[in-house]
Amino acid sequence: MCTSGKYSSRGPALIPRMKTKHRIYYITLFSVVLLGLIATGMFQFWPHSIESSAEWSLDRRSVHDAPLVRIPVSSPIPERGDLSCRMHTCFDVYRCGYNPKNKIKVYIYPLQRFVDDVGVPISSTGLSREYNDLLSAISDSDFYTDDVSRACLFIPSIDVLNQNSLRIRETAQALAMLPRWDKGMNHLLFNMLPGGPPDYNTALDVPRDRALLAGGGFSTWTYRQGYDVSIPVYSPLSAEVDLPERQPGPRRYFILSTQTAIHREYRVELERLKEENGEAVLLLDKCTNLSQGLASIRKRCYKSQVYDYPQILQESSFCVVLRGARLGQATLSDVLQAGCVPVIMADSYILPFSEVLDWKRASVVIPEEKLPEMYTILKSIPHRQVEEMQRQARWFWEAYFSSMKAIGMTTLQIINDRIYPYAARTYEEWNNPPIVKWSSVNSPLFLPLIPPRLPGFTAVVLTYDRIESLFRVITEISKVPSLAKLLVVWNNQNKSPPEESLWPKVAVPLKVVRTKENKLSNRFFPFDEIETEAVLAIDDDIIMLTSDELQFGYEVWREFPDRLVGYPGRLHLWDHEMGKWKYESEWTNEVSMVLTGAAFYHKYFNYLYTYKMPGDIKNWVDAHMNCEDIAMNFLVANITGKAPIKVTPRKKFKCPECTAIDGLSLDQTHMVERSECINKFASVFGTMPLKVVEHRADPVLYKDDFPEKLKSFPNIGSL
Amino acid sequence: MQARKKYVLLGLCTCCWLLLYYWGGLQDRLLGLITHRRGEVARPWPDWLDRVLLPDYADQAELQHGGGPGESPRQRQQTWAGIYKDSHCRMDTCFDFARCQGQSGFRVYVYPTEKGEQVSESYRKILTSVAESRYYTSDPREACLFVLGIDTLDRDQLSSQFVPNVDERIRGYPLWNDGRNHVIFNLYSGTWPNYTEDLGFNVGQAILAKASLNTEHFRPGFDISIPLFSKDHPQKGGERGWLVRNTVPPQRKYLLMFKGKRYLTGIGSDTRNALHHIHNGKDIVSLTTCRHGKDWEKHKDARCDHDNQEYERFDYQELLHNSTFCLVPRGRRLGSFRFLESLQAACIPVLLSNGWELPFSDVIQWNQAVIEGDERLLLQVPSTVRAVGSDRVLALRQRTQMLWEAYFSTVDKIVLTTLEIIKDRVYSHVSRNKLMWNALPGGLLVLPEYSTHLAHYPFYYLNLGISPGQEFTAVIHATSPLVSQSQPIMKLLQVVSKSKYCSQIIILWNSEKPPPHRSKWPPMPVPLTVTDGRRKTSSRFLPHAAIETDAVLSLDEDTVLLTNEINFAFHVWRSFPERIAGYPPRSHFWDPVKRAWGYTSKWTNEYSIVLTGAAFYHRYYHHLFSHYLPPSLRALVDRTLNCDDILMNFLVSAVTHLPPIKVAQRKQYKEMPALQGSKAPWANPEHFTQRQECVNTFASWFGYMPLVHSQFRLDPVLFKDHVSVFRKKYKDLERV
Repeated sequence: MCTSGKYSSRGPALIPRMKTKHRIYYITLFSVVLLGLIATGMFQFWPHSIESSAEWSLDRRSVHDAPLVRIPVSSPIPERGDLSCRMHTCFDVYRCGYNPKNKIKVYIYPLQRFVDDVGVPISSTGLSREYNDLLSAISDSDFYTDDVSRACLFIPSIDVLNQNSLRIRETAQALAMLPRWDKGMNHLLFNMLPGGPPDYNTALDVPRDRALLAGGGFSTWTYRQGYDVSIPVYSPLSAEVDLPERQPGPRRYFILSTQTAIHREYRVELERLKEENGEAVLLLDKCTNLSQGLASIRKRCYKSQVYDYPQILQESSFCVVLRGARLGQATLSDVLQAGCVPVIMADSYILPFSEVLDWKRASVVIPEEKLPEMYTILKSIPHRQVEEMQRQARWFWEAYFSSMKAIGMTTLQIINDRIYPYAARTYEEWNNPPIVKWSSVNSPLFLPLIPPRLPGFTAVVLTYDRIESLFRVITEISKVPSLAKLLVVWNNQNKSPPEESLWPKVAVPLKVVRTKENKLSNRFFPFDEIETEAVLAIDDDIIMLTSDELQFGYEVWREFPDRLVGYPGRLHLWDHEMGKWKYESEWTNEVSMVLTGAAFYHKYFNYLYTYKMPGDIKNWVDAHMNCEDIAMNFLVANITGKAPIKVTPRKKFKCPECTAIDGLSLDQTHMVERSECINKFASVFGTMPLKVVEHRADPVLYKDDFPEKLKSFPNIGSL
Repeated sequence: MQARKKYVLLGLCTCCWLLLYYWGGLQDRLLGLITHRRGEVARPWPDWLDRVLLPDYADQAELQHGGGPGESPRQRQQTWAGIYKDSHCRMDTCFDFARCQGQSGFRVYVYPTEKGEQVSESYRKILTSVAESRYYTSDPREACLFVLGIDTLDRDQLSSQFVPNVDERIRGYPLWNDGRNHVIFNLYSGTWPNYTEDLGFNVGQAILAKASLNTEHFRPGFDISIPLFSKDHPQKGGERGWLVRNTVPPQRKYLLMFKGKRYLTGIGSDTRNALHHIHNGKDIVSLTTCRHGKDWEKHKDARCDHDNQEYERFDYQELLHNSTFCLVPRGRRLGSFRFLESLQAACIPVLLSNGWELPFSDVIQWNQAVIEGDERLLLQVPSTVRAVGSDRVLALRQRTQMLWEAYFSTVDKIVLTTLEIIKDRVYSHVSRNKLMWNALPGGLLVLPEYSTHLAHYPFYYLNLGISPGQEFTAVIHATSPLVSQSQPIMKLLQVVSKSKYCSQIIILWNSEKPPPHRSKWPPMPVPLTVTDGRRKTSSRFLPHAAIETDAVLSLDEDTVLLTNEINFAFHVWRSFPERIAGYPPRSHFWDPVKRAWGYTSKWTNEYSIVLTGAAFYHRYYHHLFSHYLPPSLRALVDRTLNCDDILMNFLVSAVTHLPPIKVAQRKQYKEMPALQGSKAPWANPEHFTQRQECVNTFASWFGYMPLVHSQFRLDPVLFKDHVSVFRKKYKDLERV
């Protein structure tokens, strides 16, 4: 290198020698590039060709075309499941990684038919219809990925739903042969019927290393809490028989037992219950006199009387689900489908999806020992609660039991919730039936707080060009002791706000915000300048509110920080003739809205209004230059489920001679439009969230015969 | 020239390379497209042609048969009891339910502490909490649950509070019974260097209520994980959470903070040694110090000096107040004091403690209050917490406060929660559901014996999307004998029965004379029942079975009200079903001179009590009054024939954290006593002194002053407005 440097510095005389040197140099360069290209090409195409061939194999349409895999006798067997496995010890979270959607990726192995050394399949049934449904549901879902390297969870296509049809050793060997098995890490097995005669283990007997088990019929000793998932035993009957939902309410029978394999000791107890309570208890069994056949599974008998199963389940308030040799019973699914409240008697049983479902609201769990007391226990449950449980039971079935898809999706969602706990579904999302979700309210400001008086409130004055009146408003408000800051929202783009020197002198900071467009929504923008929780929204012509009235309004807001607390009260009414809502601004005995021309509210609602307003309401308001206050009332009432608070008797705000209906609102068409707003908003919200009340808030000593000097808020106007 | 050529060539090569690379990708995509069209890539699990021919996973008959009847249940019970002991304990096998089925119900016995026995401050508090709880019994024969007198909190052999020979001692107890039905409280187990879960004695079949429980050793449905609390944790009362307002946007100055020890060696050091990685000195402050223990300098590493210096720059309290999230990493043990500290400070805990069974995990849904991180994913924590939206921060933060106040702020609450969880297991069919545990006001204030139905409580209306019932029951407290038809009670009966919302009237007869014959009462449009109160003042808040409506209107016999006032108050109550809504306001105040609470019936600008002589409230409060409050307070009420109304106000405000609601203008709710022979007890000055004392007695039982002041009353919308009276619905209220 050193010499070549020397030569080059000497100039053109040495070019020929240089050329050969360069040629070698270029050749090497070229070959390196070429090699690189080949390597890239290999890298690009090689793995894909393998994968695509796997994909092509899937294109064959029959299950029997799936490739045959022979398991060598000596193939390794996984270890038995480790009972101490938990997500943090046996699950590789690195595979799931951080992802903005907070959704795990699930890979399904392509179908293979495993046979042993001599060609006997590992399972007597092979792929079952149910497992096929489950896998195709998963592959249709958002969880699915076809990229093995990006998967977080792996699902073998080996069907282990029913242990009875499996050859245990060979199935285990087959599992261990899966290309990504890796000690079963992040593998999920679905099993509904574990164990086998005579002692029926409560978890799948197939050795499975660290694989997660979604099992039906776990007992508390085999269930690894927070690792395994307890799933229901699917009842194929539910797909065959359509049981329409019945209105909750009392049924013909109080307790019904339809199970056919009840231990003698328990049957004796049940019969005693029947003797004591007669007609209320119906105890059915297999039909012995019927000609054997397929139909017998759909019939139940009491003495000579024949009943249709599962239809009969709908005729009872409570249905007994006793354990058999197995803990998990398919009957549970039938019972839930019928909207009958299950009475579950299976000690140590981990109820399906108990990690997220609140079974106390849908079932009665009674220790087996207490079977004789069942009737008394059930009788002590109030009727209304039984009805709610009936509804809840049916909802659990619909959402989580009704199909293999439902079962599979629920299982994956539960695992997903563990891996991304900060994005987990809430109790309400899991447990509230749609009808309750629809009407129930979970206020974002649910904690009962009375915020301290300091640091006061921020007054936000919306103005266009009424400077004189604006200045009067500012002067009046500035007298309120708890005022922390004044924010003027200047909505006029054609005109600049007056010079600083012209503004009234106030003791608190005054800030003018110029907006880009003349929109009503601007007044509800969550400006950074609003540093207090409490906002006083006020129009630039509300000059009659006294300082006492405003301070009192703020004090009332402190006690209701989650409501609109304001002065002008309005009402919505149902117009029977027109068959729609009507806006009422007359002085009535009721209030359902307070106008934001003068109202206190939490800054959080600004944020909601600006970013979370449903539908096109915000645009509608801006286009019509009207109803922003009604929209705000809808928004707050909808999310908190509470009525606004009208404070003080004040009804006139602009001048003593004015009528109640003022300014903008005078116009008749304007009023019609406001009625329209209510109807429009009600349809967007899908409901009428406004709540009507008959009260307003006054100071404790208002109009009392008491020295005015000693009253905290003496100057409360009467109109 | 040469150089240029070289560059051109090089450039060309790169271009080729890039082209090929992209072409490869393109081809790949093309391939994908083709296969898409051909079949199964988008939906890689094939839609088998023979799907319908696939077999059922199980025969239907087999499914319905459920594996057959199985072995004899009785035999099974016996086998279980033999196998599932000790580390496999469950309530079914290791707990004697028969002990709890007696007349007395759920009773807890505390072993007497032996003379000269050293009991730590914390354990003394636990024992006091049990002894003062409503489940305490001094008779071991009626007990369902036993608590040891031996201090088992600190089982670190190196600790000064370690009690030796526990094994021998407990085996000497005749009631020990291998630990059956015993609860053992423990905060620290194991010792340096491994800090195992070993308690140093055989727990047997006793329920462990232990801090820092590991999921692996935790016996689900049997053991109870409790939080680690310091010896300064208050017995009762307790500080409230620090959240006083919900600021918007909810993010605080710092996003995430940690300040604590770094272990240079041994268990727990992995996590704590890594914490400095996420420190950025701006919005994430993660500070560790090596300076703890005696010989830290021996293990000191290169970071120590720098870290120690940085550590001193920030104040822990300041960080706690100003941080949105707080890291709660494991220490030597899984739980740490940080957990409760950040919960109280409304700093959302970010847990880094793999395998920690969270406190009261049986009943509390922690994912709604904390961020459960993973020690393995420390470096993801910043992006995880950054991704938590404002709405969720707001919700998580409020929930930390709810849980803190419901279950953790005092030793009393921690112990009671432990007992209530066990009780819920013992009487599983009369127990709280998860909503009751996780919604306001928390499980301790929900007594399932009253009802397991959510709609029967005043707290869940919004949750269920329903509103309180349209009717009320009037309960009139009568103390004077019936002598004339012009007595105030007769007038009151008329007024109440005229209300269209009144479904029935109950007269609680507390007079010296026996109740008059039925015919003496005027005919009523609603059912009238007379119940004997056995001359106990507290009986007015007994949960009478006859009360079936949500609302109760509580009245004194001499209350003067108009029917319209009743109607209006009922309307108001329906908007605030969890509070007391009524007429006579009173107030409490702090008297700095006497250093005691004062009570006043003077007219003031604010009130904190609404007397139950004319007030609506939910019937559940009857049950709470009679079963939640200790017998001592009810006895005080009966002894003095006074203060029942104040106690009710204390109770309701303690539940809601909110003031009662004063309705409309009326303040004087009784006729002024006639000059001759005024017998009204409240006209007596002694009566008033008693009430002062009551306020202080109650406050000391609650451990704090639950009453809250309010500055407004609720009037009808057109009250005293210059509007035609014909337009007013409640016009007669103005004449009062």
